[in-house]
This record gives sequence, structure tokens and C-alpha cells, in this order.
Amino acid sequence: MRKEVWIPRLLIAVSVLFIGVMLVLPLVVVLAEAFSSGLNAFLRAVTDPYTLKALRLTLTATVAAVLINTLFGLTAAWAVTRFSFRGKGILSTLIDIPFAVSPVIAGLVFILIFGRISPLHPFLDAHDIKVVFAEPGIILATVFVTFPFVARELIPTLEARGTDEEQAAALMGAGFVTIFRRVTFPHIRWALLYSVILCAARAMGEFGAVSVVSGHLRGKTNTLPLHVEILYSEYQFTAAFAVSAILAGAAVLILTARNIVEYLAHKEDDFNVR
Amino acid sequence: MKRHSAKRIIPGFGVSLGLTTSFVSMMVLIPMLFLAVQSSDAGWSGFRQALSDPRILAGYEVSFLCSFAAAGINCVFGLILAWVLTRYRFPGRRLIDGLIELPFALPTAVAGIALTALYSDKGWIGSGFAAAGIKIAYTRAGIIIAMTFITLPFIVRTIQPVLEQLDGAYEEAGRMLGASRERIFRKIILPELTPAILTGFGLAFARALGEYGSVVFIAGTRPFKTEIAPLLIMSKLEQFNYDESAAIALVMLVVSFTVMFGINCVQSRAASFSKG
Repeated sequence: MRKEVWIPRLLIAVSVLFIGVMLVLPLVVVLAEAFSSGLNAFLRAVTDPYTLKALRLTLTATVAAVLINTLFGLTAAWAVTRFSFRGKGILSTLIDIPFAVSPVIAGLVFILIFGRISPLHPFLDAHDIKVVFAEPGIILATVFVTFPFVARELIPTLEARGTDEEQAAALMGAGFVTIFRRVTFPHIRWALLYSVILCAARAMGEFGAVSVVSGHLRGKTNTLPLHVEILYSEYQFTAAFAVSAILAGAAVLILTARNIVEYLAHKEDDFNVR
Repeated sequence: MKRHSAKRIIPGFGVSLGLTTSFVSMMVLIPMLFLAVQSSDAGWSGFRQALSDPRILAGYEVSFLCSFAAAGINCVFGLILAWVLTRYRFPGRRLIDGLIELPFALPTAVAGIALTALYSDKGWIGSGFAAAGIKIAYTRAGIIIAMTFITLPFIVRTIQPVLEQLDGAYEEAGRMLGASRERIFRKIILPELTPAILTGFGLAFARALGEYGSVVFIAGTRPFKTEIAPLLIMSKLEQFNYDESAAIALVMLVVSFTVMFGINCVQSRAASFSKG
């Protein structure tokens, strides 16, 4: 009987300790370092013009990634789950590829396409179009690494639903807009919201891919994570951790939103089952 | 001009498929083709370089060993965490459950500098180890810790749903027949979890292999010791050595695709097993 009690306690203790050391402590150290030189130093780092510029580019890239990948996710989920056609397997595999590609390699690919050694380079140069080492490259790299997020979440949700309801609606004469708005959307809204949150989180924090295509032009093609790296490598530790604290705060907010969405979706599920 | 085929009653086939394929071509297909063409331009010499240069080989070794170790650590703790979160009720359970995805939400560069600060010789954890003569930051141990952090959610989140849906009747039958707890776990629960553990391990391994942001800070850049393969790609690029970086990238890609393919095989086998 004694054994029954101590095994759960031991396992719970191990879990709490592991989570505490691996996840909570890094968050705490970011805050501690950010405020280690006082509130004024923190505020100075956070309101620095370079930080604000980096924040603007991070927001632009995040919004672009969320918009493009939501549109793509919806069309891809509709095409893949509502119809059967040849080459569906290949299409699904291609959608997943960005998950398997290292961010550094993703960045490298865009350098190869738009950089100096690309066959496109003479054309881009002649028309003065800058993609890599400029904002479009940052946005493109961010969109690439978050590309499958929405599609991957929506496809299984719609797959599990089956197509009966849409077919019935179509047979009764409903158009695409009506079917999507009245039949499909109510089933996928939580999954959609959930995946948009995850997509935003990843887009905001992307480092490897963006680092390759940015060329580290300070203030011009700097995102917040890149700004953290620059400050850190210049030994401005307090400033680096202050900017990190903004990002960590955003991450905690995103995590909270994710958990609320999950909770609400569960509650609705339970309600529907009953 | 609407064409109604017997199979496609639902509207929007042409538009959705057209949009999807053009998105996929632009964002995935064309970029991947570019990489393939570029690295074949480098020819065999570039490849031989990518597969024989001792510094590059050392980079693969560091990447593979550390990713393997990190995925292994997460298998153990991921299993414990998933078990605790599904089987026990205790104060703070919701909080721990909600925190699991933190490594996905926290920007990797932030994780990188936070872990470096913790495990460096002057850090909260590192100073203790430094007193005992063990260095963590700027060694492979540091790389493994960063990779463990970044891949923590994968194994927990692949095992958790399987544990939740596990039919308790088999365990009960085992208990009624007098099997010990260890035996029930080994013979009844573990076999059910094996596909999920393998899948989680593969996902974690692949992610750790490609990870850059959280690892570079704690790894340092010592060739042969702590230089990971993605960092090699980066430094080759900075020297404008496009051929070699593309060749290294292709080697890494082949490995991650193989891992992904293996995961798919495990999953389809598990699916057909539970059906049949």
C-alpha cells in the first residue's frame, strides 16, 4: 500500500522539478537580467529607436505570415479534404516540407534564389528590386517557416468532420459562400484561431531563417530576435535581456491565449456531445 | 457554365486547388528545386568536400550526437510528464500542462541567451557546476540542454493523447490476473505507447538537428568541438561559399526527410495495426 503512494509523488516531484528547471527558470532569468540595472535602463533599451524599428519589422512580418498562411491554410484544407483528386498525397507532402527543413536552410534557399549567384540576379538588379538583405526577404523567410501551420491544423479537423454536411448543403442549392460561412466555418473556428496563434508565435520568434537573409543591417532589416543577438554580441547584456523580456512577455501572452482557446473549444465539444 | 460532376457536388474545387498548388509551387516547390539545382552545380567536388572535410564531418557528428541525446532525454522525461499529466490530479497540474508549449512560443534567440546566462560559469546553475569543475555552457552539454529545451513539447504531446485514450480495461485485467505494476507497465502500457514515443523521438530529433537560434549562443563556435552543422552552413555563407553551404544543406535535408519518412511509416503501421 505504501508503494502506491510514493510512486505518484515521486513522479509528480520529478515533473515539477524538470519543468521548473527547464522552462520556468529561463523565463525568470530573462526578467532578472532585464531589470538588473534598474527600471530606467530597461525602459531606455525598450524605447531605443533601433528596438522600435525592429519591433515594427517583426510585427509586419508576423502579420504578413499570419494573413498569407491563413489564406493558404483555408484553401489547402478545402481542396485536400473536400475533394479527391490525383496527386493529393504529393500535395500533402509538399505542404509539410517547411516543417522538415532547418530554418538556416530555408534562409539559404532564398539567398540562392534572389542573391548574387542567382540567375534572377541580373534582372532584379536592373530593376533595383532588393529581396535578400532587405525587408521582402525577411517577410518571405518568415512566411516560409510558418507555411504549414494553419493547413496542418485545419486538415485533420475537416477530415474528421467528413463531407456529408457540405454535400447536403450543396444539393439544396447553397453557394460556396453560404456553405463555408454556415456549415464549415463553425466547425473549424477554434482550430483556425488556435493555429493562427501558433503561427503568430513562430513568426514573431523566427531567428535562423531571418538571420540568414537579413545580412544584419542594423535598424533596416532587423527583427526583434535579431536585435537581441546584435545587442548580446555587443556585450550590451541588459539591453539584450530587456528586448528579450518583451518577446518573453509576448510568448506568455500567446501561451495564455492558446490555453484559453483550447479550454473554450473543449467546453463547446463537451456541450455538443451532450 | 457550371459543370456538375457526380463526385464534386461541393463548390470551389477549381479555385481552391488552383490557389493551393500555386501557393505550394511558389513557397515550396520552386525554392526546393533551386536548392537541388544549385547543389548539383557544385558537382561531385562540392559534395565530396561536404562529405569529407574533417571540420564539416565533425559538425555533423556534434549535431547528430547532441540531437540524439536531447531526444533521448526527452523520451524519458516526456513519458514521465505525459503520465503524470494524464493519470494524476494535483495542484498546479493545469499550469504545468499549459507551460509545456513554452518552447514553441518563446523566440529561440531569447531561449538561447537565457540558457547561456543560466549555465555559464557565473550563472545560477552553471556556477554550481563550475565549482565542481564541470563546464556546461560552450560545451556539448550546453548544446544538449538547449536542444532538450526546444524539443521538450514534442514527445509529451505525442504520448499524451494516446495515454488519454488508452482503454483501462486491459490494465485492470492484468491487475486481476496478478501482474505486478512493473509488468503491467512493460507488457500492456508500453507497447501501446511505442509508436507515439518513436514518432515523438523522430520529430524531436529532426527539430534538434535543424535548430539554430537557441543553440548558437550556448554552443560557442569552436570548430570540431561545438560547431553544429547549421552553424557551418551559416559560416560558409558568410564566406560567400555558396556551393559548400548548399551541399551541407542537401546532406542535412536528406537526413531530415529520411526521419520524416520513417515517422510516416511508423504512424501508418500503427494505424493499420490498430484497425486490423
